[in-house]
Amino acid sequence: MDNEPQFFETNAAPGVVGQPLSRVDGWAKVTGQARYSAEYNQLPGLVHAVLKTSDVAKGRVTSIDTSAAQRQPGVLAIFTHENLPKLAKTPNNPDDRKAFASSPMSFFPMASDQVHYAGQPVAMVVADTLEHAQYAATLLKVNIAAEVPVSSYLDPKATSYVPKNVKGTAGVTKRGDAQAAFRSAPVQLTATYHHATNHHNPMEPGATTAHWEAPDRLTVYDTTQGVSETQKTLAAMLGLATEQVRVVTKYLGGGFGCKAWVWPHVVLAPLAAKAVGRPVKLVLTRPQQFTGMGHREEQEQTLRLGATKEGKLLGIVHEKTSTTSPWDDYAETNSRIINMLYALPAFESTYHLAKASVMTSTSTRAPGDMPGSFAIECSMDDLAYQLGLDPIQVRLLNYAEKDATNGHPWSSKSLKQCYARGAELFGWSKRNPKNGQTRQGKLLVGYGMATASYPVHNSVGNARVRLYADGRAVVQAGATDLGTGTYTIITQVAADALGVPPENVRFELGDTILPTTQWSGGSTAAGRVSSSVYLAAQEVWQKLIKAAVMDKKSPLYGAKAADVVMEKGRLQLKADPGKGEAFGEVMKRASLSDVEGTAQGRYGSVYKEPGATADANMNKEEKEAAAGYSMHAFGTHFCEVHVDPELGTVRVARWVSVMSAGRILNPKTARSQVIGGAIFGIGSALMEQTVRDPNLARYTNADLASYHVPVNADIPNMTVDFIDEHDPHVNAMGVKGIGEISIVGVTAAVANAVFHATGRRLRSLPMTPDKVLEALRQPA
Amino acid sequence: MNDFSYTQAASAKEATGRLKDQAQAAYIAGGTTLLDLMKANLQEHPQLVDINLLPFKGIEQTKDGLRIGALERMSVVGEHPLVVQAFPAISQSLLLAASPQLRNMASIGGNILQRTRCGYFRDAAFPCNKRVPGSGCPAQTGDNHNLAILGVSDSCIANSYPGDLSVALAAFDAVLTLENAKGKQRRVPLTEFYLLPGTTPQKETVLEPGELIVAVTIPTAAHTQRSTYLKVRERSSYAYALASAAVGLDVQAGTIRAARVALGGVGAQPWRSREAEQALVGQPATDATFRAAAAAALRGAQPREHNRYKVELAQNTLVRALQQVAAG
Repeated sequence: MDNEPQFFETNAAPGVVGQPLSRVDGWAKVTGQARYSAEYNQLPGLVHAVLKTSDVAKGRVTSIDTSAAQRQPGVLAIFTHENLPKLAKTPNNPDDRKAFASSPMSFFPMASDQVHYAGQPVAMVVADTLEHAQYAATLLKVNIAAEVPVSSYLDPKATSYVPKNVKGTAGVTKRGDAQAAFRSAPVQLTATYHHATNHHNPMEPGATTAHWEAPDRLTVYDTTQGVSETQKTLAAMLGLATEQVRVVTKYLGGGFGCKAWVWPHVVLAPLAAKAVGRPVKLVLTRPQQFTGMGHREEQEQTLRLGATKEGKLLGIVHEKTSTTSPWDDYAETNSRIINMLYALPAFESTYHLAKASVMTSTSTRAPGDMPGSFAIECSMDDLAYQLGLDPIQVRLLNYAEKDATNGHPWSSKSLKQCYARGAELFGWSKRNPKNGQTRQGKLLVGYGMATASYPVHNSVGNARVRLYADGRAVVQAGATDLGTGTYTIITQVAADALGVPPENVRFELGDTILPTTQWSGGSTAAGRVSSSVYLAAQEVWQKLIKAAVMDKKSPLYGAKAADVVMEKGRLQLKADPGKGEAFGEVMKRASLSDVEGTAQGRYGSVYKEPGATADANMNKEEKEAAAGYSMHAFGTHFCEVHVDPELGTVRVARWVSVMSAGRILNPKTARSQVIGGAIFGIGSALMEQTVRDPNLARYTNADLASYHVPVNADIPNMTVDFIDEHDPHVNAMGVKGIGEISIVGVTAAVANAVFHATGRRLRSLPMTPDKVLEALRQPA
Repeated sequence: MNDFSYTQAASAKEATGRLKDQAQAAYIAGGTTLLDLMKANLQEHPQLVDINLLPFKGIEQTKDGLRIGALERMSVVGEHPLVVQAFPAISQSLLLAASPQLRNMASIGGNILQRTRCGYFRDAAFPCNKRVPGSGCPAQTGDNHNLAILGVSDSCIANSYPGDLSVALAAFDAVLTLENAKGKQRRVPLTEFYLLPGTTPQKETVLEPGELIVAVTIPTAAHTQRSTYLKVRERSSYAYALASAAVGLDVQAGTIRAARVALGGVGAQPWRSREAEQALVGQPATDATFRAAAAAALRGAQPREHNRYKVELAQNTLVRALQQVAAG
C-alpha cells in the first residue's frame, strides 16, 4: 500500500495534533453528564440482579434453599444451577469457545453444581430494587459439600507441569543453545523473582445492563474495552446473530485488561433480563470484583544470565512457575520481553503451571512484559554492579540494533535517546556508583533505572467521517475510551485531517452500530483508530477534489485530482496554493449537505499488507517477517527512593519517565497515561498484593481498605518526556501506543533504586516493610 | 443490609431507653464503622438510635485534665489548639488516621469502639471466633501478616482495636466516662476498657449493653506535652498501622523522670507497656535505654508465621518515637 497517503507527507502543517488539548469529555465527566454502563436507569421497568457467590473454594452445591428469599418483597426471580436458562454455546465446551471473540476462561458458573473457586457465582437474585435484591441474596441458604482446595502453586498439594502452550507461546521455547551459553559464560548470575497476586481494581466495577428491545434484539450497556468482541461473544452464547446484539460503552472508568473479556456476569444479566421480561442491571460489588474479572497471577521466575567479563550477554535461561485455574493453561508470557530487549544470542524459556482453586488469571496492564521486565531489568542491574559498570552503560553495551528474535530491523527505536534524556532530566550523573553510600538523615537514598518496551500488536478497524458543508463533522468508530483520552486524541486527528477546528468535530465511539473496530487493549487503539479516521478523511477529500475539478465554476476546474491538496480546509493546487477554494464552496454548488468517507485503519505489520485480516491471535512473527520490521515502543524510567532502614518503609521521592512511541498525539493525555502506568507499577512494587488463605483458598483482603494502591502521598511530582519519533511503518499516523509500556520496567526501577540505597536486592514483590527489614538483616 | 428503623434521641435517657426496649438496636454517631459492618452483613440491627443530638460535646481543660466529649469529631479534636499544644501525640494519632472525609464524620466514641480489620472477621464467609464463637480462627495458620503479636490467644490474634487514637489514650492514662440506662455514670481507665481475647474474643470491651461513652479525660502532665505518635504503614496515608507507638517523656537533665509508652498494630488491644516505662524511668535518655525499653515492651510477643517481623518493627518504631521525643 505504498501509495497510501501518510500523515507525515500530507499534513505537515502544525495543527491540533501534538498539542496538549484538554479532554473533550472532561466537562461531561466532572458534571456527571457522562453516562457509564451502570447509569442507564431510565430504561423502562429496569430491575436489579445481585450475585450470590460461593464461600468455599471447592465443592459441590448440594442444595440451595431459596424459600426465604423468594418471599421477600420485590423479588422477581432467583436463578441457580438448577434453573438457569441454558446457553446456546458455552465456554465449558472447547468447540463452542472457538466461536467466541472474547472469552477469558473455559468455565461458566451455575451451569452445574460444581464450585471451583471462592467467589464463584452460585445464584442470582432479581428484584425490583437493588436493596431488595441484595437483602434477598443474603437469605439464600447455599449448602456446599466442601472439598479441600489447592490455594496456589505454592500449596504443597499442588502439582506443577509444563503446558504445551500458554497464550499462543509454546511451554518451552529455545533460540540457540542458551543452556550451553550460560554454562560456559565467564559471568553467571542466577536469581529468582516472586510476584504477589495483583488485581486491576478499576474505579468503576464490572457492570452490565441488559435490555431486550424485542425477542431478537438485545442491547447491552457493558463495561467492556471492546464493544465488538463483546457483541460477537454474547451473540454466540445467547444463540443470536451478531447484528441482533448491540453493545454500548460510552464511558469506561478504567479497564487495565480486566474489562477486555466477557466474564460470567456479562452473560448472566441478559439471561436474567430475558427471563423476567424487563431490563436488568447487574453491578459487581467490590469484593466480587476480586473474583469476577480475573487477576494477575502470583508467580515466580528464575533467570540464569550468562555474560562475558565485559558485560555482553551470551545467553539467558528463563523459567516461570505460576498458578492457573482448574481448566486453563494460562500464564502471562514473561519471556517475550526477556527474549527481545537486548542483543541476546541465545534464549530458552520454560513455563510451569500448577492448577489451583482459582479462576483463570487474565490480561493485566502489560501482561507478561510487566513481570518479565522485573526479572530482566533487575538482573541487568546485578550485572552492572557485579562488573562495576553504570547500569545505563551495561544496557548500551547490549543495545539491540535489531530484533534478536527474528533478525529484523526495528520500524523505529529511540531507546538511546530515551536513556540520554532520562539521565539528563534525572541528574543520573550525580549518582554515587557505590550502593548503600548515600544518606539523608536516617534515610538511605538510592537511584534506579530500567528499560521499558512494549510490542506493537497488529490491529485493524474501520471509521466513518462525515463532513458537513457548514464545516462541522461527525466522526465515528466503535472504539472504547478507557478513560485514557481516546475521545480527545481522535478529535484532534479528525480536526487536522479535515482542516476544521476541534470544536467542530464530534467523535462518537463505544457502540456496535458504529463502524466496527477492535477492542482497546494491548496499546492498539490510538494507532489503529487514528489511522482509520485519518484515512476516512482522505476519502472525503478525494470525493471533494473530484467534485471540484469537474465543476466548471471551481477555480480548480480541469486540474488533475492528484495535483490538488487540502490545506486547512481549503482545496488548492499543490504547485499554486493561491489557486483554490474552501471546501464549503464546492459542496454548496454541488448541493451536497455533507460528504462521507470510510476507511480501514491498520496498526502494526498488517499496515503494509492490504490483504491481511485482523485477528488478535494472528501470528506476529509471520506478519513481521512479511513486513520486514519488528515494531515496539521503547522507553526508560528513573527514580529515587528513600528507604528507612529501621522501619522498613520505601518511599519514591523522584520519578522521570522518557518514552519514544512514535508520534505523540496529545502530550497532556500521553503524560497522564505514562504517570498512570508508573503509579500502577509503583503500587505493584511497594504495596499491591491480594492474599489467598493457604488452607481455604479464599482472598483475605478483597476490598480497597486492605488491598493497598498508592495514595497521593506516595507519589512525588513526576517528570515525563517524549522523544519525537518518525515511524512510517507502523501505521498511517506513525503512532505507537503508550498505555502498556508505561508500567513496563517500573517495578525494576524501584527495586534497582532500593538496591542502590541499601546494597540489598529485593526480588519479591511487593517490597513491604517486612521484606525490607528481612533483607537488611542479611549482609550487604 | 437488613431493613432497620431509625430514630434520633434527644437525650441520653431517651437513647439508653431505646436500647433497653430493643436489645439488638445500636447507637449511631458518625456511622463510619457501623455502616461498613452492616453493609457487609457482619452486624445486623433492627433499629439505629442516632445519638448526635446528645450533649457529649466540648474540648476543655478541667481539673482532671483534658476532657473531650465523645461526640466530637476526629478532625475537630485533632486540630484543636489545646490538643495540638498540650497533647501532640493525641492530635497526631487522630490526624494520621483514616482520611479527611472519615475524620470529619467519625466521633471519638465511635473511634474507640471501632472493630478489627482482620480479614477473617471482615468476611462472613470465613470462620471467626470473634464473629461466630467456636467457629475457629483460620488466621492462626493463615494470612496473619497484619495481625497482633501481644496479648493474643489461640482463639484470636486480631488487633481488636485497629486504630490509632486509643493507642495514644492508653499511653496517657485516659479515663472514659460511661453512662448506663439508669443515668448512672462510671469512670473506666482506657487500659481497663478493652478485654483480651482469651477464649472469648467476641467480648471486646467492658461496655455494658446500652451503655454510652460520654467523654474521655486525659490528665495533663509534662509527658503529655512532650509526646509523639509514630505510625508505620505500607503506604503513606489511609492505611492501618503495621506498628505504631505513642510515647511521652519527662526528661530532666538528661534523665527520664516519667515515661508513657503504648504500642499500636501489634496488640490484641491498644498495648500500654508498663515494662517499657519501667525500663525508661530513672535512666539516661539514650539509645541504649530506648533499645532496652523496646526489648522489654516486646518480651511477651507471640508471633505467627507471617507477623514475626512485627517484633523487630515494633521495637524500632518505639525506639524512633522515643528518640524523636527526647530530641524534641
